[in-house]
Amino acid sequence: MSVTALKPYDFPAKDVRENFPAPLLFIGWEEHLMFPCPVALPLPADMPFGAIGQVVLPGVYGVHPDFARIDWNTTQWFKSGQPWTPDPAKSLADNGLGHKDMISFRTPGLTGIQGSFS
Amino acid sequence: MDAPVIKKKLGLKDRYAAMTRGLAWDTTYQPMEKVFPFDQYEGIKIHDWDKWEDPFRLTMDAYWKYQGEKEKKLYAVIEAFAQNNGQLGISDARYVNALKLFIQGVTPLEYYAHRGFAHVGRHFTGAGARVAAQMQSIDELRHYQTETHALSHYNKYFNGMHQPTQWFDRVWYLSVPKSFFEDALSGGPFEFLTAVSFSFEYVLTNLLFVPFMSGAAHNGDMSTVTFGFSAQSDESRHMTLGIECIKFMLEQDPANVPIVQKWIDKWFWRGYRLLTLVAMMQDYMLPKRVMSWKESWEMYVEENGGALFRDLARYGIREPKGWKEACEGKDHISHQAWNTFYSYGAAAPFHTWIPKEDELQWLSEKYPDTFDKYYRPRFEHLREEQKAGRRIYNKTLPMLCNTCQIPLLFTEPGDPTKICHRETEYKGEKYHFCSDGCQHVFEDEPEKYVQSWLPVQQIYQGHCFKPGVDPTAEGFDPLLAVLDWYGMNVGRDNFDFEGSEDQKNFATWRGDPAPVSATAAQQGAQS
Amino acid sequence: MNASTVSAVSSVFIAFQDNEESRPVVDAILADNAQASATYPPGLVKINAPGRLVIRRETIEEQTGQRFNLQQLHVNLVTLSGYIDEDDDEFSLSWQH
Repeated sequence: MSVTALKPYDFPAKDVRENFPAPLLFIGWEEHLMFPCPVALPLPADMPFGAIGQVVLPGVYGVHPDFARIDWNTTQWFKSGQPWTPDPAKSLADNGLGHKDMISFRTPGLTGIQGSFS
Repeated sequence: MDAPVIKKKLGLKDRYAAMTRGLAWDTTYQPMEKVFPFDQYEGIKIHDWDKWEDPFRLTMDAYWKYQGEKEKKLYAVIEAFAQNNGQLGISDARYVNALKLFIQGVTPLEYYAHRGFAHVGRHFTGAGARVAAQMQSIDELRHYQTETHALSHYNKYFNGMHQPTQWFDRVWYLSVPKSFFEDALSGGPFEFLTAVSFSFEYVLTNLLFVPFMSGAAHNGDMSTVTFGFSAQSDESRHMTLGIECIKFMLEQDPANVPIVQKWIDKWFWRGYRLLTLVAMMQDYMLPKRVMSWKESWEMYVEENGGALFRDLARYGIREPKGWKEACEGKDHISHQAWNTFYSYGAAAPFHTWIPKEDELQWLSEKYPDTFDKYYRPRFEHLREEQKAGRRIYNKTLPMLCNTCQIPLLFTEPGDPTKICHRETEYKGEKYHFCSDGCQHVFEDEPEKYVQSWLPVQQIYQGHCFKPGVDPTAEGFDPLLAVLDWYGMNVGRDNFDFEGSEDQKNFATWRGDPAPVSATAAQQGAQS
Repeated sequence: MNASTVSAVSSVFIAFQDNEESRPVVDAILADNAQASATYPPGLVKINAPGRLVIRRETIEEQTGQRFNLQQLHVNLVTLSGYIDEDDDEFSLSWQH
């Protein structure tokens, strides 16, 4: 125990998987900081990964002029900041995504409003 | 008969000693450690409490006298302001949004500080420190009351101020100040003083009260200036308590040094993160500007804080970890924060807006290395979208830092194009952070922060709806349900300033022409 | 902390609400501290001085012709930096390194 305390200090973690209706996934779009921060979404573990780009993200990032220009075939993915190659046909779980994982994607050639990474 | 002897009046130092020493005693029928359970367990070793000295040497009788004078002056101004409809003399109705953030996020901290110092004032065994902490406890309660009283006048005329205490407990961005203070309150008394009196008050709060209150003066808000400066006059005493406490701990025992350094590292970083809100208020929410956040940072932190840490070096204390990152942040954090609130402006009980052209120009001048390159293009784009009736609101909940609870909006040190993200695992669970600083704070006491009440996670766990709400019902709108639970008046408290009731009312009261862009912006808000 | 920063002279400062009660105090500080300089941001008067700054009761009393208790400073004080040393006659701010 590293908390300095007078008495035993042991409390349950608030954000364990069982407390959510679906695993929480964090998603960010690299070099597009007009969306100021990554987003948090509970997504079903059996959802195919490809649905993220096709179904989930349009509602999040669709208003950006770069969004319609994204080529999902050349998009680079990262998991916890490391390069990562998901299989769009497989489910989130089969791609190894679990509760509170953080992924992000980079869209080569698209660098935001007037190249300002916005 | 003896000749009458004129009794010499005691000097200030003797008077202070007479009025503070001998006020404590050792218990007899209960052991001291049972009556004072908190002042040793943190590991701070105190050998002689009598070495503690308040440099101001303020005694209770003088305290009441001068506090009474301050109150009379303050209430004279507040009343004159109300009687003269001072709210109509402010520079611009946008300014009031800074006051909303103040009553929502700063005033409740005064109350927490009151409680914290009452606790500390009860639990130290040294009488001098107890007297100082008790005076501060009373000061903080005074601040809570005078701020509430002064701002209640604005509440009669503007939206977004009607239930700050409930918002403080519930609204997403207010968990940032709330969790900061609850972290400090749940530490021991020495950590609390290091956190609040030293790191926050001494090193950082000049940034909140001095340039910001000067800004209030510049924007015609005499009521706020007066409560701000009246509070800040107590602050000088609080800062003195902070530096005295640090010096005292460091001089009492060399074994205290590493403990104090660890707290300074933690609380400097936590305080710096909290002040992001102030950075944004200063650069974006004061229509008439006094100085930029960056200039204030240089004056009050780099220069003054630098002098302080050069001085503390003789005890073996170095400048806090994260100091360099914090100094680099002066070019970025206000813009990044405003962009975030603009984006999430549907979910906050104050208004946001795109700065006017001359304001963008001011930002370009004050931030020559960063504003035009990274921030201006996004604000101009957002402005164009808004003009076209497409005011952009982000409706997907943000990812939050597990320590400071701020959305992950800060960029990587040295790379303003990349969001800074850190993660760690503890007992099989993943935890995410906005910075090395916040990760270190977590890793030092993970048991504490696994309990973080993160607003986004709480919403997804279904804890932020009113009783009886059925999230599985057809057409259920989770965002509206959350705002309802917050107690926000949707359409009045939130959305863009353009088209707001505040904007229209203020123009009407002043006899200004009705705002033109209102309709387009409102349509954007509804879409 | 490296050697070059240690040799730099740190500044101290004190700020008051800019009003009539503060004026003789400010005048006294400027009279007694040759290196002190005052700035006037809205609502404030802020005095900076390298190394050390002193406020003397007598000088204030000479300005006003009235008795002055140094603790009256609390009423209009806004902020300060440095270590305080106060007795009935003098109030000083300094860094001790």
